[in-house]
Amino acid sequence: MLNQGKHNQGWIVVSYGLLVLLAFFFLAPIWFTIVASLKPDDLVLVEAGTVKAFIPVQASLSNYSDVFKRVNFGLFLGNSILITGTIVMLGLVVNSMAAYALARLQWRGRNLLLAVVLALMIIPFEAIAVPLFFQVTVWGWRNTYIAQILPFIANAFSIYLFYTFFIGIPKELEEAAVVDGASRGRIFWEIIVPVAKPAFASVAILTFLTQWGSFLWPTMITVGEKVRPLPVAIAEFQTLPPIQWGDIMAFAVLMIAPVLVIFLLFQKWFVRGVASSGIKG
Amino acid sequence: MNQKNAVNRTVLAFVAPAFLGLFLFVAVPFGLAAILSLTNLRLGSPLPLKFIGLEQYRRILSDPAFSRALLNNGIFALVIVPLQTAVALGLALLLNRPLKGMALFRTLFFMPVVFPMSLVAVIWTLIYAPGPTGMMNSFLEFVTWGLWQPTDFLRHPLLALPSIMLLSLWQGVGFQMVIILAGLQSIAGELYEAAAIDGSNKFNQFLYVTLPQLRNTLIFVMLVTSILAFRLFDQIKIMTQGEPNNATTTVMYEAVKAAFEQQKIAKGSAMTVLLFLLVLAITIWLRIWGREERVIE
Repeated sequence: MLNQGKHNQGWIVVSYGLLVLLAFFFLAPIWFTIVASLKPDDLVLVEAGTVKAFIPVQASLSNYSDVFKRVNFGLFLGNSILITGTIVMLGLVVNSMAAYALARLQWRGRNLLLAVVLALMIIPFEAIAVPLFFQVTVWGWRNTYIAQILPFIANAFSIYLFYTFFIGIPKELEEAAVVDGASRGRIFWEIIVPVAKPAFASVAILTFLTQWGSFLWPTMITVGEKVRPLPVAIAEFQTLPPIQWGDIMAFAVLMIAPVLVIFLLFQKWFVRGVASSGIKG
Repeated sequence: MNQKNAVNRTVLAFVAPAFLGLFLFVAVPFGLAAILSLTNLRLGSPLPLKFIGLEQYRRILSDPAFSRALLNNGIFALVIVPLQTAVALGLALLLNRPLKGMALFRTLFFMPVVFPMSLVAVIWTLIYAPGPTGMMNSFLEFVTWGLWQPTDFLRHPLLALPSIMLLSLWQGVGFQMVIILAGLQSIAGELYEAAAIDGSNKFNQFLYVTLPQLRNTLIFVMLVTSILAFRLFDQIKIMTQGEPNNATTTVMYEAVKAAFEQQKIAKGSAMTVLLFLLVLAITIWLRIWGREERVIE
């Protein structure tokens, strides 16, 4: 028994050792980014190979003010917020309503449309990016917000996630309201939506993560700065002469800080949202 | 009858916006991809639009850059799928124990998942800075006791792709970890108790309880990772542009180059049709594989 205890304690020490090493692997690039963003430009590359890469020396915020001087960061941030925010909001409404009709209403063609949703789920966006680019060009939508928002509102995977959640809600919850003659719209907003908050949170987070980081599509569809979102802006900023890594890292921190704060506040929901996408897939 | 009409109107109001969107922005372009890939469409080209059958596919498949792209995607998947799944499983097993601080470590390992890939690519470009003062170079020099020769990782024909694999793993593994962790936590404790009573040790419990119970989760994780491997684009566009000598080019990078830079819509469409067929094949293969295993069970 005593032996067993010692054995376990040994394992615990080894586990923590491993965990700390791994934590370093995951944290080091992030910490390095933050430190580099505070350093004078010429020091970033010189000190990158030393322990000093992780210690802020001569720290100042001048790289941050450089970013605002050199590019229109506020515009890019605003574009990203506008595009992602609209997609998340409208996506929640549109996809949850479709899922509700598929999961809880009886009508002809229901199974067919459900099969359509399942089939569309396996089409990766990449497989349709080129014809969509052509379509949008023909419609004269290049370099617009519309082209970055409209195609991403309806989403087969979101419908499916809502569907699996709605199908599990007990029937009795709605029945009384149906008997009272409440409209389906009212039942949906006043009974289903409050019960399904976790599903809404999951879908909101997954949509947000995908759209906030979206790079391929805006790279193809945006020209110039007017409607450019952050992921494209940082890629451009990286190649903007003179190449100053302190400034680039300051841009990176400005881009991730709001997301990191939201993540740390709601991390339980982030993890749950991701996990639910796996359990149901 | 009237009631039925009312139900149909309600249904229509509920499903119309979503299905209109799916039709216009998924189904139509999907069909368009197949049709356009059989033509010679090029934006701004003076040539008349012509149906040329499978000519685009013939051209693409005999194009060495595209073959290299297919190979690179294949290598990427063959390395990253088992590696990332194994690392994610290891992390999940480490975290799935009643020790203090697990929530903190989970948060740390998951954090890169919220980082957009474009940002990760920019940060790691600096980490891979060439020359003896580059961070990765000095790190490797330190751990090999000075044996490591400073390298320009992203312009090295053999190291460029593995370098991109490492940051992809860094960013993506937390996602798989969380899914596997959820799978681990849904395994009934009684199964382990029964195994322990039968005298099976930790390793055998892992082999005969954990792995079979996790099978569907692991298959799902591998499916998602392989599909991501074939969609690889952001890192390539930002870090290497397919260089050196196509050592890091990918199907999606070639498709965007054709469609966007050269305005060859038909060529780009044909490439994405092939990308879809690949993804479909992987999906079907893993589904069948997953099901067969269950039948044996």
